Amino acid sequence: MKNESAITVKKLVKKFKDFKAVDNISFDVKQGEIFAFLGPNGAGKTTTIKVLTTLLHPTEGKISVNGFDPVKETDKTRSSFGIVFQDPTLDVDLTANENMEFHAAMYHVSKKEAKQRIEHLLKLMELWDRKDELVKNFSGGMKRRLEIARGLIHHPKILFLDEPTLGLDPQTRNKIWTYIKDLNKKQNMTVFFTTHYMEEADEVADTIAIIDHGKILIQGTSNKLKQKTKTKSLEQAFLKLTGRSLRKENGSFKETFRNINRMWRG
Amino acid sequence: MRVIHAMWLRQLKKYWRSKPRMIGMLGQPMLFLLAFGFGFGPIFEKAGQGNYLMFLAPGVIAMSILFTAMFAGIEVIWDRQFGFLKETLVAPVSRTEIMIGKTLGGATVAFIQGIIVAIISIAIGFRITNPLYVPLALVFMFLIALLFTALGTAIASRMEDMQAFPLIMNFLIMPIFFLSGALFPLEGLPTTFGTIIRINPLAYGVDGLRGTLSNAAHIGIHIDLGVMIAVTIVISIIGTYCFSKIEI
Ligand SMILES: Nc1ncnc2c1ncn2[C@@H]1O[C@H](COP(=O)(O)OP(=O)(O)OP(=O)(O)O)[C@@H](O)[C@H]1O
Ligand SMILES: [Mg+2]
Repeated sequence: MKNESAITVKKLVKKFKDFKAVDNISFDVKQGEIFAFLGPNGAGKTTTIKVLTTLLHPTEGKISVNGFDPVKETDKTRSSFGIVFQDPTLDVDLTANENMEFHAAMYHVSKKEAKQRIEHLLKLMELWDRKDELVKNFSGGMKRRLEIARGLIHHPKILFLDEPTLGLDPQTRNKIWTYIKDLNKKQNMTVFFTTHYMEEADEVADTIAIIDHGKILIQGTSNKLKQKTKTKSLEQAFLKLTGRSLRKENGSFKETFRNINRMWRG
Repeated sequence: MRVIHAMWLRQLKKYWRSKPRMIGMLGQPMLFLLAFGFGFGPIFEKAGQGNYLMFLAPGVIAMSILFTAMFAGIEVIWDRQFGFLKETLVAPVSRTEIMIGKTLGGATVAFIQGIIVAIISIAIGFRITNPLYVPLALVFMFLIALLFTALGTAIASRMEDMQAFPLIMNFLIMPIFFLSGALFPLEGLPTTFGTIIRINPLAYGVDGLRGTLSNAAHIGIHIDLGVMIAVTIVISIIGTYCFSKIEI
């Protein structure tokens, strides 16, 4: 199946028991596009990504990733994307280098190529001199950098990044985005990312979608969003659309655990 | 192959690096060997059953493999809680491959643990009756390791967190161990008890080990081997199925 879209989502619903985390959303991501998925805490961003990346089954709706159906063609879908998760997924009992090598093996990157890329990426993230240290001894930011480096070892058609730059200093963020934009240009790699840094989305994204309470409120270029909301910055547009109240989380144990985790990492 | 090797190697590295756990897992079999071996030995001998250590050692070897293998399987829950499971589950490899790698890794660790206990047993007086049977004994040890790693993984695939762990410990692992004939002979047991033991796969593993190491099988080595192979295959298939259904 050939089509222009890297990702197509039609009327996607994802329920956890009776709670609709994703409520009838539709969108389209073009090949080679950088797509930002914005929304307040608990809006349903991560859930959407999990459905797209085969980790969760959709309750309703049709989705396609690189022309594959993530429900029926799980293996084909998986070989067509890469992902950096919001929550940590490193093995802290292994060294930085071992985590990288493990990933290369899982993604069938040849040993020779893996060696070069690992060296390049660890140097880029300034972790090269600590590559043989156990990850449990790393700081939060170092772990995050390693996680991103690992996600870039293989060069997938679509790269999902769930709050990739969370808790990183501006220098590192800059470096990471320069690298990703370069990959996007040179390899026509589609990038689907979420972030809470509005200026980041404003700067790198071709298209932006804003989601809240599981529903997409608006999508388009940054300029279009500003025009429609009659605001001057993306941040103002975001606040105008999603309101100023703080988000009640679902209050589950998992969520609390995650937030604590995030605080420690941040 | 590279994927399976990577998964396998990871488990070995983790095992090798956690010395306290490795030693902790040896403490229990040591205690059983010493306390039971020397404590019950005289009674056992008076009852005309021969040398208790000859009887007990294969049972304790099986026990150490059972525990290590189950824990290795249940480790999937930790991988889930610390997020690493996601890294493997979105990779472009089939879940069967991941399961094979994980099970082989866990089983290898449990097997090594069993070897260490065997060496300790020999050091405190256990004697292998016929060295020609040692390769077959190793086969039994590896089968026990495989079976229970797969079982642990199957169970862990259905669990969200460690809360149900004490339940599994007390209502599954402990009964499997105590009702396997690892500590006492299978002759002359009340029938209900005997029946339970008959449906416990570890009983066949223990009997197989006892047959090959101490030449004292009760059921018979051939049946033991057949049952162990069959059950291991069935449990591995169930484990792979459960693992492939995980949602995160
Ligand atoms: N496994 C789950 N079981 C029950 N509810 C869940 C589960 N996962 C997520 N939720 C709920 O679904 C909603 C959306 O969560 P999601 O993680 O997609 O939010 P998000 O947009 O990524 O937020 P954040 O910016 O905080 O990461 C939340 O209310 C969350 O509590
Ligand atoms: Mg999220």
